[in-house]
Amino acid sequence: MTEIQEVFDLYDSMERKNIMLSFKGDMSTDLLTSILQLIENKLDRFGESPKIKRRMFNILVECLQNLYHHIDAPPRTLDGKQRASVIVMIAKNLNGYSIITGNYVLNDNAEALKKRLEEINGMTAEEVKQLYKSVLADGKMSDKGGGGLGMIDIARKSGGKLDYGFIPFDDGSTFFSLNVKVKQD
Amino acid sequence: MDNIKIEGTAKTPSVSFDREKGELTIGGRSIPENSIDFYKPLLEWLDRYALEPAPLTVVNMRLEYFNTSSSKCILDVFKKLESIKKSGKDITVKWHYEEDDEDMLEAGEDYDAIIDIDFVMVESPV
Repeated sequence: MTEIQEVFDLYDSMERKNIMLSFKGDMSTDLLTSILQLIENKLDRFGESPKIKRRMFNILVECLQNLYHHIDAPPRTLDGKQRASVIVMIAKNLNGYSIITGNYVLNDNAEALKKRLEEINGMTAEEVKQLYKSVLADGKMSDKGGGGLGMIDIARKSGGKLDYGFIPFDDGSTFFSLNVKVKQD
Repeated sequence: MDNIKIEGTAKTPSVSFDREKGELTIGGRSIPENSIDFYKPLLEWLDRYALEPAPLTVVNMRLEYFNTSSSKCILDVFKKLESIKKSGKDITVKWHYEEDDEDMLEAGEDYDAIIDIDFVMVESPV
């Protein structure tokens, strides 16, 4: 059982990191819609510029839909329970916002993802823009509909390098975490 | 064939396809998880429209947001229009974006570069 102290520590840690929203569990379409609505309302209340509101909304849609589409349940778990749930945290910083996500991916997919992220981070803003256009134009469509554009779009809209990490979980799966910074101009 | 008239929702755009007038409008938010489900009937309508298109088709794209899942479907819409143009009919695409929305302007420029139809970029006040 979780002790009261643990609850407070969790709360306190989130408070100090200016977490506006934190969620751990299954990502569903309804939840996705609710998170978008909630963050949109908060940004309105903060009086943010249309530009940062648009950027946040666009990037958040892609991050959440990545979690919705690309979640892989680890083939084996420590206690036999499903560990397919994801984590989402949205924090306000001094110069903008951070959208942090975490989810399990199969090792094979993790390798491909890592390669793509390294490729994107090695590019200039103009090169990322050209990559987006060429992936869009080649017409290939994945069964999820996106065709691998999501990560490129996130990089393009955030305008900075993507901050990410992989933590090996077991023989089959890896925990992937992404931290996207959305800066105020 | 019937015209298409769809109200927008929090995740799907409003759509108005009028065969007689040759006026097609897509507006609002296009951020569904599965965009193929939403766009499939629109693409099928365009296939039928291509059999007897209006001499001039005016397309108004008034999107506020769209996700990458929709971006391929939107490209497919433009590809259908491109083939109508190749058959000798006129197509005008007006790509609307809010003042200062550089991302939406750039998105329009991306399609303009890929598709063989000249886009008209229309800036509107916020």
